[in-house]
Amino acid sequence: MSYTNAAFVTQPSGNNRSARWAGILRGKKRRPLEWLAEKGIFLVSLSAILMVFLIFLFVGREALPIFLGRMDSSVAIKVIQPDQMASLSREELQAYLELSDDEFAGMDEETLTLMMEVKLEEAAEAPEDKDASVNTTEWKYLLQPHQWTGYDKPEHIWQPVSEIHKYNIIPLLIGSLKATLVALLFAVPLSLAAAIYVSQLASPRVKEWLKPAIEMLAGIPSVVLGFFALLVMATVLQKVFGYDSRLNAFVAGVALGLAIVPVVFSIAEDALTSVPRSYTQAALALGSSKWQAAWRIVLPAALPGVFAAVVLGFGRAIGETMIVLMASGNASIVSWDLFESARTITATIAAELAETVFGDHHYRMLFMLGTLLFAVTFVSNLAADLIIHRLKKQLEGRT
Amino acid sequence: MTDPSRAPERFRSRGFDAASFFFSGVTGIATAIILGILAIILLNITWHGWDGISLRFIVSGTDQDMFDVNKAGVLPMIVGTSARVILMTIFVIPVGVITAIHLTEYANPVSIHTRIIRGAVNNLAGVPSIVFGLFGLGFFIGFVGGEMDALFYPDSDEPVWGKPAILWASMTLAVMTLPVVIVATEESLKAIAPGLREASLALGATKLQTVAKVVLPQALPGILTGGILSISRAAGEVAPILFTGAAYYMSGYPTRPTDQFMDLGYHVFILSTQSPNIEQTRPILYATVLVLLLLTFTLNIVAVLVRAKMRRGMRQSH
Repeated sequence: MSYTNAAFVTQPSGNNRSARWAGILRGKKRRPLEWLAEKGIFLVSLSAILMVFLIFLFVGREALPIFLGRMDSSVAIKVIQPDQMASLSREELQAYLELSDDEFAGMDEETLTLMMEVKLEEAAEAPEDKDASVNTTEWKYLLQPHQWTGYDKPEHIWQPVSEIHKYNIIPLLIGSLKATLVALLFAVPLSLAAAIYVSQLASPRVKEWLKPAIEMLAGIPSVVLGFFALLVMATVLQKVFGYDSRLNAFVAGVALGLAIVPVVFSIAEDALTSVPRSYTQAALALGSSKWQAAWRIVLPAALPGVFAAVVLGFGRAIGETMIVLMASGNASIVSWDLFESARTITATIAAELAETVFGDHHYRMLFMLGTLLFAVTFVSNLAADLIIHRLKKQLEGRT
Repeated sequence: MTDPSRAPERFRSRGFDAASFFFSGVTGIATAIILGILAIILLNITWHGWDGISLRFIVSGTDQDMFDVNKAGVLPMIVGTSARVILMTIFVIPVGVITAIHLTEYANPVSIHTRIIRGAVNNLAGVPSIVFGLFGLGFFIGFVGGEMDALFYPDSDEPVWGKPAILWASMTLAVMTLPVVIVATEESLKAIAPGLREASLALGATKLQTVAKVVLPQALPGILTGGILSISRAAGEVAPILFTGAAYYMSGYPTRPTDQFMDLGYHVFILSTQSPNIEQTRPILYATVLVLLLLTFTLNIVAVLVRAKMRRGMRQSH
């Protein structure tokens, strides 16, 4: 058949070339070096899988005590009266006095009794708050509202720096979702429309420079977008919408939207372009306009890909750190008001990890948030990947 | 009909459809809005940043008080950022290129484990940057560095390897940019005409020889693009290096792999959030942002040009 017809058919992306090629190469002679190199290359190629696995393992490992409920953040010290010393086993006593093996072995009965009394005094000085004995890292306190001392009603509070560490993650989840929601509402319509325009309506010459121009947005570092949101956009948007707090979920969301426009655009444009040209041509031949062909024929065919683009955009937006850290105001409050300050999961990790002590409950709590974040993006990436793969296979199969 | 891409023009519908006109206009406007915002950001930064950039600003270090307009310079940050991305390419390019070679030259494209590798690459590209920061802290600093300390310096109280350092920051960034290098290299490998490989094989070369001496030299521009893109991506990233090596302030330059470093992007963050008087800091802030942007954009544009040239060459060779 002619060259022209072949060009209409989308080339299958998986090339049969290498499969065929492998056949030629298994020569008559065995080549141990060749074999070794091939295995070496194969092993290195597994590094991407290894890295995903290691990320899960090592971020999750630091958070494991929280998931297993092995962490105790209660401030109050358990008290044992000195006269009950005899009833304790040696191990229990050693753990209670927090002594190392050597220290414990070198102490006689009298010193130990003295230490128990010191311990008792310490306990008397500890805050006399009913919340002091609460282990705030339990899941109950992470998710459900709790009436802390000094509050009128049960509330969700993330406040890890006070004497009693309050680790309720609900305000952070709401903050992240709020900013992500604004970002999606802003970016998805804009980038989908641009994707339709660039892939279906623009002339090839315009398309050639439009695509890289929009993708240039991806070249702006997120810290620069955060800076721009903080200094310029916050002021402009406040003037236009007239809300009170200058930095809020809305400003952060719009800047976040700018960060995900290139992601949503590229994936959607790719999906729309992968719809065979013959579809459009059939529609045009039947008398439809270019827009009708794009809207009624190409878009429905590429819909799973467009959906995948939105899912990936969601994953990117919820995981973005610097923009929300700089522009969202960072107050952890439970409010769905978009024009109020918000503290996201990512910003919390970035802002608080430097203050924590290696291995303590605050440190582990932040890793727990990181694990949650990784799990959410892992699932959304995986879903998008499967959708796109199926779509491409389907479209190629039909031609 | 010589050019197939012109074919649809011949079937243009005759009647004028108002809805089509309107909606096509809407999509065009959306495209224009995106480009407009991009232009506003770039112009705003260039406009305000240009005055702040002087030779003194580029070549001098910064004082302990980094918010002083007359004394602030960005040389330590430029050095730190350059050092960490160059170190990163040393780790990421070999691994990325070899993975791409496996995927295009050796792997069976439809087998299940090729699918898993591709899935992992796509997934790695979408992991949030702050999670890479946590990973760097937990794995490179806590595990690798901690074990190295236990092995080589069992008596030392101060950690030598198990603390934030430029080495660990670079490695964390290498993990993050691995997908960029893999995808760019793969693209360039696919663009090489199969005939070249077949000719080499027909002349008696082994597969490894063909890959090393015929395929790889041809793919060099693509590998270069991958490297440049990964550098440009990594140069502006702040979240992964927050806990793995970036320093708020240090007086000297990083000289050993265990040293910390000052960083352009992190400095932008510090200047815009920690400044006691944002109005006074504004000129150096804008100038620093412009330097960072010039760095990443120049790299990006070079990558786009190399790639465009490569694609054109590929189209001609078919």
